[in-house]
Amino acid sequence: MNRQIVRLFGLIVVLFGILIAFTSYWSVFDAKALKDKEANKRPLLEQQQIKRGRILAADGTVLARSVAKGSGANRRYVRRYPEGALYGHPIGYSFVRQGDSEFEKFHNDELIGEESEFSSILDELRGRNQEGDDIVTSIDAEAQRVALSDLEEAGFGAVVAIEPSSGRVKVLASNPPYDPNRVPFELSKLNENELEAPLVDRATQGEFPPGSTFKVVTAAAGLDSGAITPETAIDAPGELDVQGQPLQNDFAENFGPITLDTALTNSVNTWFAQLGEQVGEETLFEYMDRFGFNSTPAIDLPEDQVYPSGIYEGGKLLGPGDPIDIARVAIGQERLLVTPLQMAEVTAAIANGGKLMKPQIWSRVVDPDGRVTKSLDPSEYSRPIDEQTAEELTTAMEGVVSEGTGTNAAIPGVPVAGKTGTAETPGNAACGGGSEENQAWFIGFVPADEPKIAIAATVGCTTQFGNDVAAPIFRDVAETILNEGS
Amino acid sequence: MRFSARNRELLALIPVALLLSAGFAAVFAQENARLGNLSLVYGAYFLAVCLATHVYLRLRLPDADPYLFPLVALLTAFGLVMVYRIDEGLARDQANWFVLGLVLFAVTIHFLRDYDVLERYRYTIAGVGLLLLLAPRLPGIGQQVNGAYLGVKIGPLAFQPAEFSKICIVVFLASYLRERREVLIVGARRVLGVTLPPLKHLGPLLVVWGASMFMLVFIRDLGSSLMFFAAFLALIYVATGRFSFVVIGMALFLLGAWFFASTVPHVHDRVEIWLNPYNDPTASGYQILQSIFAQADGGLFGKGFGQALITIPGTHDALLPAAQTDTIYSLIVNELGLFGACGVILIYLLIAARGFKIALLADDGFSKLLATGLTAVFAIQAFVIIGGVTRVIPLTGVTLPFISYGGSSIVANFVLLALLLLISDRARREAVAPRGGFALEGT
Repeated sequence: MNRQIVRLFGLIVVLFGILIAFTSYWSVFDAKALKDKEANKRPLLEQQQIKRGRILAADGTVLARSVAKGSGANRRYVRRYPEGALYGHPIGYSFVRQGDSEFEKFHNDELIGEESEFSSILDELRGRNQEGDDIVTSIDAEAQRVALSDLEEAGFGAVVAIEPSSGRVKVLASNPPYDPNRVPFELSKLNENELEAPLVDRATQGEFPPGSTFKVVTAAAGLDSGAITPETAIDAPGELDVQGQPLQNDFAENFGPITLDTALTNSVNTWFAQLGEQVGEETLFEYMDRFGFNSTPAIDLPEDQVYPSGIYEGGKLLGPGDPIDIARVAIGQERLLVTPLQMAEVTAAIANGGKLMKPQIWSRVVDPDGRVTKSLDPSEYSRPIDEQTAEELTTAMEGVVSEGTGTNAAIPGVPVAGKTGTAETPGNAACGGGSEENQAWFIGFVPADEPKIAIAATVGCTTQFGNDVAAPIFRDVAETILNEGS
Repeated sequence: MRFSARNRELLALIPVALLLSAGFAAVFAQENARLGNLSLVYGAYFLAVCLATHVYLRLRLPDADPYLFPLVALLTAFGLVMVYRIDEGLARDQANWFVLGLVLFAVTIHFLRDYDVLERYRYTIAGVGLLLLLAPRLPGIGQQVNGAYLGVKIGPLAFQPAEFSKICIVVFLASYLRERREVLIVGARRVLGVTLPPLKHLGPLLVVWGASMFMLVFIRDLGSSLMFFAAFLALIYVATGRFSFVVIGMALFLLGAWFFASTVPHVHDRVEIWLNPYNDPTASGYQILQSIFAQADGGLFGKGFGQALITIPGTHDALLPAAQTDTIYSLIVNELGLFGACGVILIYLLIAARGFKIALLADDGFSKLLATGLTAVFAIQAFVIIGGVTRVIPLTGVTLPFISYGGSSIVANFVLLALLLLISDRARREAVAPRGGFALEGT
């Protein structure tokens, strides 16, 4: 019988091995998928028991905090947003049933104090409850307020302001806003509002035609690739024939042979269309890529809430091999769609001597004991153009504000560099089907000689032009930030 | 230097003591706001009881296997800590049952030193076993839980008879097969290439098959049914060495199970939930899904003692239903992680190894079969419930031996342990004696 007994034991070993295999599968290998299951409320219930850290503006204004409900084992924390709709974007929301979004979602691990398994074991031994860390952002509370209230007066749109030297995001405003405190009660209503789409962060998810602001990118590619110098003159007639379609200047004005400064100051379409053809598809795409087009911006927001900018066909990005009218791309037309964040990055790169810094909203992480556990170490994203190109572009962009199409952006006593843009979007569905709808833009930075802030402002569904409606927003936000700095 | 069996047992109890103290201390540190500082006193009591049992074994069964009791003490300690962490009151009950279990353990050892008497009463024992199985369906004393008839309540005394019944059935089978194994082997005929046992000796064995089917249908206790029948097959195999008998038995069981799964709604539902838990995640599939979600949350190292959510905060609704009984293993995975769970399975495996070792050492047929049967039924019980909560097999209401909350389970399993130690003591004494007092290596 002994042989049978040994075999029976062998069978028991195999059976127990199966138990270990299944336990391993559920607890480790399939754990992530199980945690994401709709039926699984455990992760949410557990997170609800953790005191989530606060989110603060740069000046200490509390943007999000958690308040306790119940006590003992029944204690739960609920999120509150003291500033209401002002920070619905980019802070987002975090609730057990409705889920989370934007900054709250991206920084979830820090906010709930998620640690490695080993250090959480140490915490357990010390008898500590898991508690989230606070995050201080670089958001400028006053500038954010100015940006949103200007936008609310102007129309649907967005403002992004970035400190060029560090990539710190000072303003990220989107209109129409929403109040995150209302999300638990009316999320579906907010979702169903397709016209206003208040949950869409237009600063990072809004895809708009850039209009003439894109000429800055074309100019950068032309100068940096050596196709032109600031002294190169190109003849700019009132109208060109491009791919069988006439391409005109405003009022078909004939400028004759002019250099970059004049061309940018007056936003001369025929000049930039020729430059685009001269630079070529390959090179223009290369410079777009360097500025961050065609890929998801490296900002600290969830990837599905930040859209790449580029030339879109049927929801897909086109590349240099595809049939593209490069002359019209060069003046910001064609199927080119950009986010305000992307245009702010272009502006910031020029302001920072050609170095594009990674845009980041967070600034430092502070643990419950008040110690700073992490601080933003600004890092370079790319170096799209060299310093000389950046200087030449700055000079040209100063002309735009001092004597060109963007005079409303001027700030007394401070040199401003910028570029206007007005894309015509007739029948734009996002505007509810109005007739003559424009997408008005202004991008720029101040002070032009020693840049402190780079801003992209855009207003859609408007009959006005960039200089009329976007440049004043730029000016207000820029002045607010400059005044705080002094 | 060689240690005697009992000295080794004493040494093995030291890590048990350390683990128990650490466990209670961890729960205490975690929930000192809620629990009194009595927790450490409980640990001391537990160790005192273990030491007393050790002294008793030293006197009565000096040669018995030295590792079984420490391993069981470890499981019990572990179970007490887990139950204590769920509810202090439940843990107090559990501790009382632990003491009662040890009393019955001692009584069994005292009165059954010559356990061969069991053979003489085998049909009586079989009858008691079947009666115990029937009891939950008897009017007046039977109780229905979750659609299954598992409990019996006589006055203030409530218990689950299947726990005791399993010992009776194993004793009967061991005795019956010891006597008939020869004829079962010799009388076997080959029919169509399959070796069949002689029909006239099959009667009692068919009774066991019938009892399993009966449990499936009338008691609706899928788990116990599975456990009994698996132990039965294990014993048939060990007794006869005929694998074909096992195959036939398995086929019969599966046939019966398939038939009843398609005709008896309760059994059918259990299988359906097992296969498609996501069909009804908030009602019928809730327990198995929450069991698996709780495991998913454990990871490699677990969340730590006292950290798991058992009820939904702010309510009394269960997040992990039956955490102190059916799904206690999932709670262990949640709090101690995959490593902790592997530890628990390893302890069961070590107990099985010691049990089969006893069977190998025993030199009479009855002892061998009894030790095999008791060990097999114990190991299979652990498999059935752990397999149930990990979705290896359909989830059924069987307790996790020595860990789950439940008096019947603890007491019955201590009686089972007592029988194993009795067999071991005799086997080892006989193995030692002829060699002039040299201790036999225990491993």
